[in-house]
Amino acid sequence: MKFAKALASATILAACTFGSASAAELVVGFSQIGSESGWRAAETTLTKQQAEQRGIDLKFADAQQKQENQIKAIRSFIAQGVNAILVAPVVATGWDEVLQEAKDAEIPVILLDRTVDASDDLYLTAVTSDLVHEGNVAGKWLADTVAGKPCNVVELQGTTGSSPAIDRKKGFEQALAGHDNLKIIRSQTGDFTRTKGKEVMESFLKAEGGGKNICALYAHNDDMAVGAIQAIKEAGLKPGKDILVVSIDAVPDIFQAMAAGEANATVELTPNMAGPAFDALAAYLKDGKAPAKWIQTESKLYTQADDPMKVYEEKKGLGY
Amino acid sequence: MTSTLRTYLARLLPQLIALAAILIAISMTFPGFLNLEIQNGRLYGSLIDILNRGAPVVLLAIGMTVVIATKGIDLSVGAVMAICGAVAASFITSGHSLLETILITLAVGVLCGMWNGILVAVLDIQPIIATLVLMVAGRGIAQLVTEGTILTFNDPGLIFIGSGSFAGLPMPVVVWLVFGVLVALLVRQSALGMLIEAIGVNRRASTLSGVLTPVLLIAAYMLSGLCAAIAGIIAAADIRGADANNAGLWLELDAILAVVVGGTSLLGGRFSIAASVLGAIIIQAINTGILLSGFPPEFNLIIKAAIIVFILVLQSPRFRTAFAFFAVPGRAAKTTEQEAK
Repeated sequence: MKFAKALASATILAACTFGSASAAELVVGFSQIGSESGWRAAETTLTKQQAEQRGIDLKFADAQQKQENQIKAIRSFIAQGVNAILVAPVVATGWDEVLQEAKDAEIPVILLDRTVDASDDLYLTAVTSDLVHEGNVAGKWLADTVAGKPCNVVELQGTTGSSPAIDRKKGFEQALAGHDNLKIIRSQTGDFTRTKGKEVMESFLKAEGGGKNICALYAHNDDMAVGAIQAIKEAGLKPGKDILVVSIDAVPDIFQAMAAGEANATVELTPNMAGPAFDALAAYLKDGKAPAKWIQTESKLYTQADDPMKVYEEKKGLGY
Repeated sequence: MTSTLRTYLARLLPQLIALAAILIAISMTFPGFLNLEIQNGRLYGSLIDILNRGAPVVLLAIGMTVVIATKGIDLSVGAVMAICGAVAASFITSGHSLLETILITLAVGVLCGMWNGILVAVLDIQPIIATLVLMVAGRGIAQLVTEGTILTFNDPGLIFIGSGSFAGLPMPVVVWLVFGVLVALLVRQSALGMLIEAIGVNRRASTLSGVLTPVLLIAAYMLSGLCAAIAGIIAAADIRGADANNAGLWLELDAILAVVVGGTSLLGGRFSIAASVLGAIIIQAINTGILLSGFPPEFNLIIKAAIIVFILVLQSPRFRTAFAFFAVPGRAAKTTEQEAK
């Protein structure tokens, strides 16, 4: 215990001296959730890259999916006297106290990728993607592509009850409203995984006359689409031609499928949340101008026309 | 021979009836369900999907049956699947031959089983705790192997195990059929099965009567690990990639459920591998039926749970006695009458 205390104070001391030594440049603490998915690993990589490009000294803390670790990390960032803190909060509740501490220390906090249930004067801004909008972009692409022809759509939902599943479904349906030629004939959960995506697609194909009644597939994430593409191929159909495939996330593997003509479009959930966050922070520190409480990242649409192999090469190294 | 066959069928009767009832129920709601056709040189249809998609749980259930018969339980099989899938993917992508990859993967599975077995048999840790260790740690190990990504591969040989076909049947079905028959023959044509049951009924008494309890216990867990390794290879080959986060997730629970639906007691003792396989197929039939039915996904788990409760109630001895008493003047009713006299 004594040793642990001594070690802790030594660390803080070391951190303090280090912090004051490099006071000239911007020091930003980043409390990441962990690395539960490829997307999050890519977010971590991109945040580090973005910080390096701007000459920001990024202090990185991996919370291993635990809120207590994030709170500890934020407290230690406050103790170190960083200029700003980025947090990707693991859960929505329980942040008021530590955010207040940061506010008292006059350190701006920016939320990445997820939001929290706390008064919005406790943080500077939140940089997130709009999940409903993502579904909307996918739906709009499909409506534009089939251009008035009748089209039966099957939908692979994410994990039942999860907010991406609910919102991406909602956005897609909004985009389809008013297009009477587009009908969602089957919708079932594929749990965001390749295995379930493949299994559920197999049953869709059986249920709809061997796939003859299906004109398009909408998957709430790329992994399910990749699984479903295999199921379509094994049923003797051509994914991308016989059945259009549109999904969300833009992970590297879907670009390989697009390059092979087996997937048609994907909507990017950008892992670059840090870029807009650093921009907002720079503006805030320069003129004291507070940004809007919510910065929406771009939900970019990629199709086969966007040189998928090139995007694949770019994304491959990000740790997806 | 006919009498042994008859007792065998009598043992499997509840499972066969349950399976038939589920298949009939699905084919009533979805008419094309029982259709089979030949496409690309293999059988194609929902029934084949059930056998094919059920492969991982069937394989896990085979190993789980033997472990449960020893009065144990193996919670780690789902995680071992993830580890083995990851090992297979990383070896095949680093240029090893298919044979090497498969042998090493199976060896890793057996090793995981041996770890569980040693904890249970030598260190005398309760099976649920001993296997919990690997259940929790396994996914971490798998992620270390894949480095946190979905490790994809293009080796045609490995992919063939997941989605190829042999004699008109998908490869996974061929694999579990052959493996299941081999294990069943091994335990039933030798005294192994009886010794395993003896350990399950009374471990101390078996040890005292000269059964090599620790060796058999470790072997049971190693078999379970081997089953998980095969299931892991199939799961990875199916999607052409090792998904450390999701491969085999919660499948240990489905495997235990399959054993229970198959009528093997969690308290150890008598077991039937064929009945567990049927149990696994029943679970998969329910899953496939739900997918075909077109219900909203919010109902999936509720429907599955309701059907399984129904099957378990049908199997409960009390229910059967009561049912026999009211319906047909069968054996159970007679015994009750005799008792009354």
